[in-house]
Amino acid sequence: MKYPVLIASLFLTTTVVSIPVVFSDDERREYRQRSVGVAAVNLPLYKEECGSCHMAYHPGLLPERSWQKIMAGLESHFGDNAELDSNSTKIITDFLKKYSADKSSYRRSTKIMRSLVKNDSPIRISETPYIKHEHDEIPDKMIKRNQEVKSLANCNACHTTAEKGIYDEDNVKIPGYGKWDD
Amino acid sequence: MIKIKPYMAVSIFSLIVLPVFAAENTIDNLLQEYQAAGAAQGNAQRGEVLWNKTFNGNKPYAQRSCKTCHSSNVKNHGKHIRTGKTIKPLAPSVNPTSLVKSKNIEKWFKRNCKWTIGKECSAQQKADILIFLKQQ
Repeated sequence: MKYPVLIASLFLTTTVVSIPVVFSDDERREYRQRSVGVAAVNLPLYKEECGSCHMAYHPGLLPERSWQKIMAGLESHFGDNAELDSNSTKIITDFLKKYSADKSSYRRSTKIMRSLVKNDSPIRISETPYIKHEHDEIPDKMIKRNQEVKSLANCNACHTTAEKGIYDEDNVKIPGYGKWDD
Repeated sequence: MIKIKPYMAVSIFSLIVLPVFAAENTIDNLLQEYQAAGAAQGNAQRGEVLWNKTFNGNKPYAQRSCKTCHSSNVKNHGKHIRTGKTIKPLAPSVNPTSLVKSKNIEKWFKRNCKWTIGKECSAQQKADILIFLKQQ
């Protein structure tokens, strides 16, 4: 070895420097997720069955009572037939209940829960007072009349990190309009 | 030039050729089931007519057909009329994952016939549509 000291010091600095960085990155991500989003939990069956027609909304966006109502009425699901066999219905309902907003400590889940009148069980995420309030300044032309968005239900049309459960403003990009700044 | 070794040939075979056989089997098995349920042999032309037929439904989609979401050319991507979500092409010639699992085929027949036609499709209608799609 030509430069034993150099190699040794390089080794030392990289290990000493990189361990805490990697560690704190994870921590930061977790903290960030809690503060800007909902828990990014998922289930392959849920993704397959529900995610084939629309974004597989994270369970932390509605309380348990709402999910129960939705899952009990899949035959007429917002004007569509979304029937499932009873086994899949049970697995998906259990999953949604387990991670529902009323059982989550993530920021958006807590905010959604706090905005609801007691026992109110909306079946549209877009009709919870918190979500409505967060979007009330955005003009119709950017959502409803925007053919690439169409509806507030289409989270990931603008929230580029929606699938990861992250809903901060920095990651918003409205098709045809770009970044949103309020 | 890459020399093809035996294990490569086996993996290529299992990756590309086997799924095609599997899909063939799935469709043939389903067609047999439909015949057992009283359907005559499927007819692709009849299937195509049904595919393009318009039915009445509730507003805002008073006129609806298979094309409403799947596009008129099944080799193209479709678009869910309500949510706008992209739907992969149904034609097996361009989408090898289409029509592969009988459970999925049956599930979508049930859901989509109810929405489009207003009731579940008969075994005959399913046989016709399936034959039509298989050839695309």
